[in-house]
Amino acid sequence: MTLNTLAPLLALRGVGKAFPNGVRALAGLDLEVRPGEFVALLGPSGCGKSTALRIIAGLSEPTEGIVEWLGAANAVRRESRIGFVFQEPTLMPWTTVFNNVALPLKLKRVAAAAATKRVEAVLDRVGLSAFARAYPRELSGGMRMRVSIARALVTEPQLLLMDEPFAALDEITRFKLNDDLLRMWQSLRTTVVFVTHSVFESVYLSRRVVVMAARPGRVFAELAVDAPYPRDQNFRTSAEYAAFCRRASATLRQAMSAEGVP
Amino acid sequence: MSDLRPLSAHSRESGNPVPTNEQKAGPPLARGPASNLDRTLRLALPVVVLALGLAIWELVVRIENIPPYVLPAPGAILRTLVADWALLSQSLVVTLITTFEGFALAAVGGVGLAVLFNQSRVVEYSLYPYAVILQVTPVVAIAPLLLIYLPQHAAVLVCAWIVAFFPVLANTTLGLHSVDRNLADLFSLYGVSRGQALWRLKLPSALPYILGGLRIAGGLSLIGAVVAEIAAGSAGAGAGLAYRIVESGYRLNIPRMFAALLLLSLAGIVIFYVLTLINYLALRRWHESALAVQR
Repeated sequence: MTLNTLAPLLALRGVGKAFPNGVRALAGLDLEVRPGEFVALLGPSGCGKSTALRIIAGLSEPTEGIVEWLGAANAVRRESRIGFVFQEPTLMPWTTVFNNVALPLKLKRVAAAAATKRVEAVLDRVGLSAFARAYPRELSGGMRMRVSIARALVTEPQLLLMDEPFAALDEITRFKLNDDLLRMWQSLRTTVVFVTHSVFESVYLSRRVVVMAARPGRVFAELAVDAPYPRDQNFRTSAEYAAFCRRASATLRQAMSAEGVP
Repeated sequence: MSDLRPLSAHSRESGNPVPTNEQKAGPPLARGPASNLDRTLRLALPVVVLALGLAIWELVVRIENIPPYVLPAPGAILRTLVADWALLSQSLVVTLITTFEGFALAAVGGVGLAVLFNQSRVVEYSLYPYAVILQVTPVVAIAPLLLIYLPQHAAVLVCAWIVAFFPVLANTTLGLHSVDRNLADLFSLYGVSRGQALWRLKLPSALPYILGGLRIAGGLSLIGAVVAEIAAGSAGAGAGLAYRIVESGYRLNIPRMFAALLLLSLAGIVIFYVLTLINYLALRRWHESALAVQR
């Protein structure tokens, strides 16, 4: 576990979020994310995991506590360090796949030739080179999500934040995208924080599962998933995987009973 | 184009009550003949009604021996249209130019004001009530005043603009507020300037609404031009179709009144369909409203 000895890339310390209507989405949330790791935030709906992700992204400000960026990464501006994948593909319907993926580069005024090269490379990585000129409307749900991931990766972010990206997809597509995501994560050496309410998905993907409890949202427990990568179909059907899932399910159940709501 | 839209509604009713994906995607073989019949009826029935109406009109005028200064027969109107074509076509061009200028001003003014309102709340709060007042005050009542203070051509243009700009303003405002929230978040994640957000996100999101507003504005700018021409009552070379109608009324040249009216409505139809076509071409690849047509 050399990973745990690394200095964290970012740390949330005592982060709380109260909305103006009085709802406390988060309270006393402590979380460290280390460079290069794949961490899953697992919890029931309403436990504030999406809110935590938005706070990390800077889309929402915490009302208590702080978000610390550590190490050399501090010198870089936040927007160039983060890629965000939403629950929906969130593409611009009026333009092509290519232009959708190129958007972050255009917004940062990257020269057209360089941008084109990077867009083509990332489209190739998600397997959509042939669809560069298609419109989002013409693609399937899974392909749209691939475009969304390509757009998040095109800036080569240090940290990829994913908010239940595959929740709306069918199981076959989800498994395929899980595998592809792991492959991309390994070759890109980026850091991923992945929000999900699926025990199976969290265990399959991540090295560390952070189980959250609701009302108010907080970290309930952490589980290490000490299975080596690359993980594939063999892992998905292994007894080891089943055991990890059982433990994660039990922890999740405890987290839900801890909040006193059935 | 627009005749295809209700067609899909029809096939939905007549088709399998629970259509599967394959049925939706595949060629509508089973529905083919019904759809063709439907389309033929849709085109043929209005033509039949028109022919019947004209025939009855012509017959009544002939049998009752109604003089043309009371009610001209369709044939007489057509003959007048041909005989007076030089005069009427000149007037048509005048009216169309006014309409087009008024429409262009309404498009630029409506979209421009909406963008300004969107960027500055102070400007929006200060000016929006007056935009509404301009809209609800009947333009027929404003026209005579405008003609006192402005040169005639300018007054006619302002009338066309007043009538046409509000739907563009209202629709564009609605469109600029209808941006997908996640997309807006994505833009702020990349730290964009207001200008970039407007150009790359808000305006494209608003495009279907803007085009909808323009489609209404096209017809309204013709109405505005006609109202202003009637109020102005100018004569000579610069006289538009509406003036021809008034003038022919004074001279009891009823067939020419009808001929001019016919040209005005044809102009309105052409404007509507041209704008519908532009709307379709701009949106066909991505927007639901235009995609429904292809199915």
